[in-house]
Amino acid sequence: MAHHEHDHDFHIPGNSLWSPLSCIGVGLLAFGLIAYLHAASFGMPQLVGTVMMLNGAAITLFGAGKWMYDLVMESRERGFDKKVEVLDIANRYGMLFFIVSEIMFFAAFFAAYFFLRSHAFVWPPENIFTLDIALPTINTLLLLTSGATITIAHHALMDNDMLKAKNYTFLTFTIGFVFLGMQMLEYSHALFDMDSGVYGATFYMLTGFHGFHVLVGSLMLVAVWKRMNNGDFSPQQHFYFEATAWYWHFVDVVWLGLYLTVYLM
Amino acid sequence: MATAAAEKKGFMYYFTTVNHKDIGKMYLLSALTFFLLGGALAEAIRLELIQPGMQLFTSSWDIMGKEINVGLTADTFNKMTAMHATFMIFFAIIPAFVGLGNYIVPILIGSPDMAFPRLNNWTFWILPFSALLMVLSFFVPGGAPAAGWTLYPPLTNATYSPGAGVDMWILAVHLAGISSILGAINFIVTILNMRAPGMTLMKMPLFVWSWLVTAWLMLLGTPVLAGAITMLLTDRNFGTSFFNPAGGGDPVLYQHIFWFYSHPAVYIMILPGFGIISEVVSTFSRKKVFGYAPMVWATAAIAVLGLIVWAHHMYTVGMDMVAQTIFMTMTMLIAVPTGVKIFSWLATMWGGSIDFTVAMKFAVGFIALFTLGGLSGIFCAAVPVDYMIHDTYYVVAHIHYVFVAGSFMTIMSGVYYWFPKMTGKMMSEKLGNWHFWTTFVFLNLTFFPMHFMGLMGMPRRIADYNPIYTDLNVASTIGAIGFGVVQIILIYNVFYSLKKGKDAPANPWGGETLEWTVPSPPTEHNFEKIPVVK
Ligand SMILES: [Cu+2]
Repeated sequence: MAHHEHDHDFHIPGNSLWSPLSCIGVGLLAFGLIAYLHAASFGMPQLVGTVMMLNGAAITLFGAGKWMYDLVMESRERGFDKKVEVLDIANRYGMLFFIVSEIMFFAAFFAAYFFLRSHAFVWPPENIFTLDIALPTINTLLLLTSGATITIAHHALMDNDMLKAKNYTFLTFTIGFVFLGMQMLEYSHALFDMDSGVYGATFYMLTGFHGFHVLVGSLMLVAVWKRMNNGDFSPQQHFYFEATAWYWHFVDVVWLGLYLTVYLM
Repeated sequence: MATAAAEKKGFMYYFTTVNHKDIGKMYLLSALTFFLLGGALAEAIRLELIQPGMQLFTSSWDIMGKEINVGLTADTFNKMTAMHATFMIFFAIIPAFVGLGNYIVPILIGSPDMAFPRLNNWTFWILPFSALLMVLSFFVPGGAPAAGWTLYPPLTNATYSPGAGVDMWILAVHLAGISSILGAINFIVTILNMRAPGMTLMKMPLFVWSWLVTAWLMLLGTPVLAGAITMLLTDRNFGTSFFNPAGGGDPVLYQHIFWFYSHPAVYIMILPGFGIISEVVSTFSRKKVFGYAPMVWATAAIAVLGLIVWAHHMYTVGMDMVAQTIFMTMTMLIAVPTGVKIFSWLATMWGGSIDFTVAMKFAVGFIALFTLGGLSGIFCAAVPVDYMIHDTYYVVAHIHYVFVAGSFMTIMSGVYYWFPKMTGKMMSEKLGNWHFWTTFVFLNLTFFPMHFMGLMGMPRRIADYNPIYTDLNVASTIGAIGFGVVQIILIYNVFYSLKKGKDAPANPWGGETLEWTVPSPPTEHNFEKIPVVK
């Protein structure tokens, strides 16, 4: 911390508008979704709900963005030449436990998948034309590769080879976006939909939530890359990079589970 | 950097505050608000049930010969039972414990604040939006959910609950759920990372331990609840058929996923209370906690077992007999660590020089009545008994001995215990005594007859009933009205003491934990110097 009036290294920030502001955004998003889904019963056009959701999303992103900006500024103020042990541990624990909660969220959907599948007479159900295995196999290879590239980037970062770290990070999120494109392509080929019974429901909810996580992970990697371009991070201090890498590996593992169960089994 | 006590803090200060003590107090105040709102719904339920037939939820009321059109139906009664539980669980009991934890836990471990103060602000300020969605659901076409707080499909699917109410409930619980998850992360990281030097894990006060374990339950359970209600949301609005047999789905799946969270949720609402009781009993018996290490292990054991017993809510759905037996056995095993706790409290008091303050009275009252709630739980957990009492008032009696005699009394114990610390004022013990004794009597009058109603077969969540249950229902309703009225004593005591209460010294009770070493109320960052624990 810049001003050392305390006998501890914890970071106790001052009041912040950005956190409660993003609450307003999230609240508006929720109210907007209700207005959108039930526009008819409220006797108003769906557009009202859409506008509320867009505004809610914008306020959320603005608030969260400003909040993240504060965090980046504070880490720059502390400098990257040494690690503040207690802050580093707090951040690591925080990210780790967040991923644990994400695992439990996916666990609910995997549980639903196995429950419904084991209670079905035949799987896939008779009226379902399953997708070709080629695209998801390529996607599996892509994500496995991206797991390798982010690890190479991490090693480069530890060796203080910033250029290599930057390039491999760039490569990783590029693969992420290609993956998402392939996923879109696959969806457009599918002969079943969300409302095609439990097969469609479990398929789209599992792959859809996973795809959303790939998107979030890719955007986090873009932010990592931008921060690297701004000269952030050092071999000793690069928590945000590591957190993103953990998240990326988590998304990777979820995909492997999906590939094995939803596509192969 | 201590803020001047006289300084007036406006809305913007509280809107943007990241201080754990401010946030803790805001949590407690909003919990109190929803205790009153959820309580009002409970009173409406009890008034309806004072006689067989329909009294309150009718198309018109007859007031002194004048007919007033109110346009209520038995469906409104169904909304009352659903929303009473919803408000009490998500907006009263859990936030009350989060509030006490937020204020007290960092001080108990010698920390200046929570690990992520801005996140702490977020987890509180998302709640008003969640609560608003919930409350406003009463006023949309179709109104609030009327299918019980568990929201079982098919009653809650788009066919039988077409209105916006169920979707508003789902999104409100999503927001409260994200708040729970992020709050849980904040608690775990705070406790693991911010303990003062010398405060090893096995030296932590039991209230801190109970919060560490509770936070883990929240972290593991809440995302699963989010999954269940997300599936319900997409079933209702986007054509999926997770719970729709026409598409190969199964409503029983919802129950499995829902209870995977909602059974541990009972422990989320009682473990912090156990922690409070250990602090209070130890302080007012002038003795160390008896069997500290077994208490820690018992807390953890309750949580672990709590995660694998969810299907005891579903014996009657036609589950495999072996599965039922396993779930029954696991559930009954929970009585062992719970028994460890009861005996630890008794042994702590044994031979102690007991000071029966109001906080201690609530603690002792809790131990006695919660034991009853625990015992009736064993009956509910037994498969053959449950076949008889499932969905009867016996279950209502059981859960209210857990939540009112349990959660509510422990929260009260904690409030009377820590009020001087949080406000700098002593609460009136005289008013507190009135509050305790009247609460104790009316609580039993309200809920004890429900055991008999249940054993006689009275089904829950129904607005009308067979006249054979009338006497018991009259007793219960008189109890409920009394219980509601005497809470005015609590509210009066809080606001009276804030204004006129005696100034609280740093350590009014002779407590030995860290919060009693700092002024009442503590300064902005709690400690002038981070304490060293020996
Ligand atoms: Cu249970």
